[in-house]
This record gives sequence, C-alpha cells and structure tokens, in this order.
Amino acid sequence: MPLPVTPPNIRVVTLKIDDQDLSAREDETIIEVCRENAIPIPSLCYLDGLSVWGGCRLCMVEIAGQGRLAAACSTRVTEGMEVRTSTERLQRYRRTIVEMLFAERNHVCSVCVSNGHCELQTMGQSCGVDHVRVPYRQTPYPVDSSHEMFRLDHNRCILCTRCVRVCDEIEGAHTWDVMGRGSDCRVITDLALPWGESETCTSCGKCVQVCPTGALVKQGTSAGEMVKDQHFLPILARRRHAR
Amino acid sequence: MSTPMKTTVATTWLDGCSGCHMSFLDMDERLVDLAQRVDIVYSPLVDTKTLPDQVDVGILEGSISSDEDLEKAKAFRKHCKLLISLGDCAVNGNVPAIRNHFKLDDVMDRAYRENVSLQPQIPTRSVPTLLETVRPIHAEVKVDVFVPGCPPHADAIWYVLSELIAGRTPDPSKVTRFGA
Repeated sequence: MPLPVTPPNIRVVTLKIDDQDLSAREDETIIEVCRENAIPIPSLCYLDGLSVWGGCRLCMVEIAGQGRLAAACSTRVTEGMEVRTSTERLQRYRRTIVEMLFAERNHVCSVCVSNGHCELQTMGQSCGVDHVRVPYRQTPYPVDSSHEMFRLDHNRCILCTRCVRVCDEIEGAHTWDVMGRGSDCRVITDLALPWGESETCTSCGKCVQVCPTGALVKQGTSAGEMVKDQHFLPILARRRHAR
Repeated sequence: MSTPMKTTVATTWLDGCSGCHMSFLDMDERLVDLAQRVDIVYSPLVDTKTLPDQVDVGILEGSISSDEDLEKAKAFRKHCKLLISLGDCAVNGNVPAIRNHFKLDDVMDRAYRENVSLQPQIPTRSVPTLLETVRPIHAEVKVDVFVPGCPPHADAIWYVLSELIAGRTPDPSKVTRFGA
C-alpha cells in the first residue's frame, strides 16, 4: 500500500513534551507527536484518519510562554516548543469537561448497548470521574430507529462529529450533518429526515464504527453487546490521501 | 461481642435493586476477614431496627426517589462520620432516574392504571410519596466516597472498605466505573 509522500521541503523541529526531548516534522500536530511517542493525551473528537475538529477540548495542553491553553489536535509543533500534557490544572479541566458531557444528555452506562466498550465511559474512569458534580439536565432526546441496520440515540451523542467527518471524507456520501445550536444541537441525516428515509446513506456503517459512545449502534444489540472496530479508518484514509 | 477497636458500619438501600448489597455479600470468604475488623450495626442484612447515634461508616445504595429515601439519607448523614454512595443509582441516578424524562403523574398512571386490569388505583396508604425528580445522593446530602458500578464488583467494595479501615483514602476510579 503506498504511503503518502512527504514533500522534501518539510523541516524537522525539536521540542519538549513533559520534559522529553523529541523531534517531529513541522507539519505535525502536538497530538500526533504525542501518539507517536506513547504520551497519553485524552481526546474524544480527534480520530486518526479524519480531519481535525477541535470540539471536545479534552486534549488541551499548556505551552510555555503562552497564557492560554492550546488544543493538541489543532496546534502544530514549532521549534523549541515546551509542552505540558498533564498538569494538575489540565486534569481538573478535563474532569469537569467529562462531567458536563455526562450531565448534558442521558448516559446511563449500565443499560447502554456500548457498556464496557464506550470511549466516554473509559474517559470518565481515567479522568477520575467517580460522580458528576453539576446537576443532570434530565432532558429526553429522540431515538431514530428507522434505519433497518442501525440506530441513532441522541441521548448518548456527545456531538464529536466523527460520523459527519467519516461519512463525508472517507465514504464520500455526506449523509450526516449538524443542526441547531446549544442544547438543541444534534446530528442529522440528509435534511433532518429519518435515517431510514435517507437517499444518500449507503448503509456502509462507518459512522457506527467511529462513534465513541452508544449514540450510533447496530440494530438488535442489547446492553454491552455493541463492540466497535475502527481499524479500517487509518488504512482507508491513507488510500484516499495517496490518490 | 463487639470490641471498641472495630469500625462500625451501617448500610441501607434507597431506590435500588439491592444488587449492590448482593455484590457486598459476594466478597465470599473475605467477609470472615472483614467481620474481624468491622461491626455491622444497622443494615437490611442484620436484625437491628434503629440506626445508632454514632456510626463510623455509612453505606447507601440506591437513588433518592421518595420522601422516605430522603429522610434515610439525611439520617445517615447525621449519624455517620463517613458516608459512601455505593453503586450507580446512588452515584448518578442510573435506572431509577430514567423516569425523570416523564411527569410523575404519567409514571404513576402507567404503573397503576394503564397496565392494571383489576381495580386500577393509585396506592396512598403505607407507601412513601414519590418525589418529582429522582436524584443521586450527593444532590441532597454531602457524600465522602463514591463507588460507581452497576453493581460495583465485590473486589471494588473490598478495596474501598479495606483502604478506609486502614485509614487511607481510596481512589475508586482505579477499580470501578459507571456501568461496571
């Protein structure tokens, strides 16, 4: 399989991440360098193979000399950059973000089809979320079961837009998009038609596989049965870029 | 007989399925070890009818769904030095809180009128009054330790209790999580 050809004029920069001296191509982002070097950075919207969204804010890092935090997924490395990925402040912010995700919609892990295979659930545990300190919003969201193979539960959606990006960038169908603002924001198929009536959906299921939670699942799955496989994504993404 | 050295423990269930207490019993032979170090002074698992004035550790299972749940939670907070929320219902509302999506009257109608064929009626005597909104325990009283899980694994309960008895602060996220 052909790999994307690196343009010859890309320079290499040196930087420090958590006191480790590292070198990287100047067109790489902080999160890519961290993943290459096994430095853990939490993220929910970022996925290797998809374009950068920068929406979940879990990958925020501290950069020496900058007062404001930067999203590791959308910040390129520069020469001499000094990055901190896990300070006490960052851990506090990350925990709060995850708690607010749990409080916003209805993530009842124990009865969720994705229980045990959910990125939000795992993120909660790794960020030390043993309870949610903000009040739950307790607002019900609709469930769309009109598609014969898949189901969409807005209650579990965290609006990471992975489904939107994989459908547009990898499948090329652009069935998914985002509608509404604030708490009314939700992912839609075609022009907010029921998924089963969508004329653009190819039923490929890529959106289901990249969804980090139990928002997009296969029909007929019961609690804990929905296991996802995202191995196809970097392979297909590289083939698309090689063209 | 209890000795003054033992840690006193009180437990009860609010709006839960008692599964967390079952998971507690699932510690198997470690219960014998635990019995050397703790005294269960009040619990559905023992015969005592009243909560003692001073208890070292209080363990609550289930969410707060009725006026009785709320009273129990407040009593536990008042009489227990340290309060543990055990299980997802206590920690985040879990299954009992799913009814928050509906009006309480609709929930009652569904349970006691729509699905009943013989003398449908809303019970009023000898039953606690349901609250409009189901809440996790920490939404009503201060909680010191949270042990999520549905139910938390016996190993997780054993870890938390062992750490507390040893005078250390447990980190439950190391051993359990929502839905575990």
